[in-house]
Amino acid sequence: MLPFILKRLGLALLVAFTVSFISFSLLFLAGDPAVALAGETASGEDIEALRRLYGFDRPMLVQYGEWLWQALQGDFGESYYFKLPVATLIGDRLSVTMTLGVCGITFALLTAVPLGVVAAIRPNSIIDRFALFVSVAGQAMPSFWFGLILIVVFGIQLGWLPPSGASTWRHFIMPTIVLGYYAMPAIMRLTRAGMLEVLNSDYIRTARAKGASEGRVLFKHALRNAIIPVVSLAAVQMGFMLGGSIVVESVFALHGAGYLAWESIARNDLPTVQALILIFSMFYIIFTFLADVLNAWLDPRMRSS
Amino acid sequence: MTASFLKSTALALALAVGGTGAAQADKASGTLSVAFTKELENVDSFFNSSREGVVLQRAIWDGLIYRDPETNEYTGNLATEWEWVDDKTLELKLREGVKFHDGSDFTADDVVATVNFVAKEENGVKTQRNVNWMESAEKIDDYTVRIKTKDVFPAAIEFLSGPVSMYPAEYYAEVGPSGMGLKPVGTGPYKVVEVVPGQHFVLEKYEGYHDSPKGEPTIEKIDIRTIPDVNTQLAELFSGTLDLIWQVPADQAEKMAAMDDRFTVSNESTMRVGYLSMDAAGRSSMDPNPFTDLKVRQAVNHAIDRQALVDNLLKGKSKVVSTACFPSQFGCAQDVTSYEYDPEKARALLAEAGYEDGFTTEFYAYRDREYAEAIASYLNAVGIQIDFKLLQYSALRELNMKGEVPLAFLTWGSFSVNDASAMVSQFFKKGSLDDAQDDQTAEWLAVADSSTDDATRIEYYKKALQRIADQAYWAPLFSYNTNYVMTKEVEYTPTADEVLRFTDMTWN
Repeated sequence: MLPFILKRLGLALLVAFTVSFISFSLLFLAGDPAVALAGETASGEDIEALRRLYGFDRPMLVQYGEWLWQALQGDFGESYYFKLPVATLIGDRLSVTMTLGVCGITFALLTAVPLGVVAAIRPNSIIDRFALFVSVAGQAMPSFWFGLILIVVFGIQLGWLPPSGASTWRHFIMPTIVLGYYAMPAIMRLTRAGMLEVLNSDYIRTARAKGASEGRVLFKHALRNAIIPVVSLAAVQMGFMLGGSIVVESVFALHGAGYLAWESIARNDLPTVQALILIFSMFYIIFTFLADVLNAWLDPRMRSS
Repeated sequence: MTASFLKSTALALALAVGGTGAAQADKASGTLSVAFTKELENVDSFFNSSREGVVLQRAIWDGLIYRDPETNEYTGNLATEWEWVDDKTLELKLREGVKFHDGSDFTADDVVATVNFVAKEENGVKTQRNVNWMESAEKIDDYTVRIKTKDVFPAAIEFLSGPVSMYPAEYYAEVGPSGMGLKPVGTGPYKVVEVVPGQHFVLEKYEGYHDSPKGEPTIEKIDIRTIPDVNTQLAELFSGTLDLIWQVPADQAEKMAAMDDRFTVSNESTMRVGYLSMDAAGRSSMDPNPFTDLKVRQAVNHAIDRQALVDNLLKGKSKVVSTACFPSQFGCAQDVTSYEYDPEKARALLAEAGYEDGFTTEFYAYRDREYAEAIASYLNAVGIQIDFKLLQYSALRELNMKGEVPLAFLTWGSFSVNDASAMVSQFFKKGSLDDAQDDQTAEWLAVADSSTDDATRIEYYKKALQRIADQAYWAPLFSYNTNYVMTKEVEYTPTADEVLRFTDMTWN
């Protein structure tokens, strides 16, 4: 197991390095950071002065090297825009995004897996149709629109929940549902497909024949096998939620890391964008890794390979 | 298209069901809740360049001088009187007995320290043009200072009443711009009790506020949250958790005004002007470059129905603008050549210039896509084919500075400075953003900018603006407006400079 983990770790570092280099180059292509930094009212001379002050006039590779050297020592620099250490800035916002991401994926799994299982037990029944409807609706509805509808109903009309913000747990209910609902359809369909395939296989017939209870057949024998691809998918979805909850964060005024990333790109705030991209890519790497380990635990055949 | 349709559907729904929400009366709590759309980078007013920053600056700090937003007259604020000792030296007598929020006294030392800090380029003040006209300041006695300007600078009074605020010397030396941004201290009508950078700002009425022309604040507490989505802001307004929002798009403000009697919708013009810039100097790689031909530039000016744009898209208090400055600005002469909407004439001018079949050009914009598209369709109608490019502001600005933009829809807000130099001189003095590169215009503007005689300034701005209009270097289009939506509990009359003034707000 140890060589396997070390190999994965080395690969992960290489991926993180590549991602950071590519994003650094892309940001330079997207526009002059000095122009963005100086703001609308700046004159040509102001911009020139800022360019010298921040060293944007040096070759890109030199600037990247400098960033990398400091990042390796744990120093992500200071945000050009906020004039605050990037670590402080991101720290605050990451907790919002993590809370939202974990709640969102939990909500998605808790609704999608049972619904998928039920749909697979009675394919083409009313329940299956209902599950299909729910997933199609979830896939088709843009998050910002669904978010606004929830705000209208629960925030304004019923007055049960605060429309936006992040100060209490109640603020997270609607964003969780919106974010989770977006991830739900894929998980549900995959659970259903996996269950259908497994339920028709020989060993399930054997299990039934030897007199195992239906519950035991479904959850011990069938679901454990059907869930394997779902675990991988959920890991990717989780990574997506942590980095891509921009729309949800914006609609609910959550000020998380996703929204910060989006705004920082528009502002050419290089240190912030670089640090966020590094963190997001690390999330993907970690979750894929965890998914592999979990799969290996669920399916002994994977451990040997 | 679909996105905006869905959004407006959601909004319409919100409006339809809005009546049942349980609104908390904020008048009772004494707290006025306001939304910002943009994340403010730093509360320190010298280290941000956004509108939100100006709003906070006017609440937290004071300038030496004050300009009445209605009459445009200057009165003393932290200074009581001032006079030019010579062309480049302004002497000011300071108000006595003023205290900063931390209890320290405001004296000449604070003025000297603030001016000397911000005027130094290496201290990195973000909007250099607000401060780089100052050379230094010196103390004469505890309540008398002299500010020296680098050149003759008649707009000094305007700048001292606007973006230049006075900071407490000792505290600022100790904490610097980052510290000031997190825990601001000023002499202004409101003191800051909480800052979550970019997200949340809480202000409280400053009980020891001096007898200032800004007036005594009446609202006890101001709670400002950044909510990026306008629809969410509206939802908060309906649920009673916000009292005032601004910069509301015209279509939504219209619906609010028509559908609900719990809110007041006020529209006020802003100093932002929209215009087309054309590559008259032929700096771009376009070959042949039609915009170097006066007839083509005139044709562009004749091709656009500005009034229709104002009536159908901008609405509110927007007006057609024919000059390269905002009409209320000092020196912004209005009696210059203007071009009426006449597509026939535009086509004829194009034909005279040798473009009977029109031509194709790149057309850049960075905001207000719907306005840019309407403009593009007017140009299309007279035979100018458009290759439309919507860029991020910084990317377009960069291209513009390199002179690679043949035609662009741009806007300028003059940083709320009520002087023509803040706009026309910004673009026509042969800098990198000057698409005309015209010696004559630049020369006249130089005279206007550096004269202390009002009559001379008016005369030379007029000459420059007349030449810009005759040469059709730009196609000035319209002024912008902004909508303020507030609950009926709030009484506030917005001003034309797009600055929210908390001191002018009261509970009904």
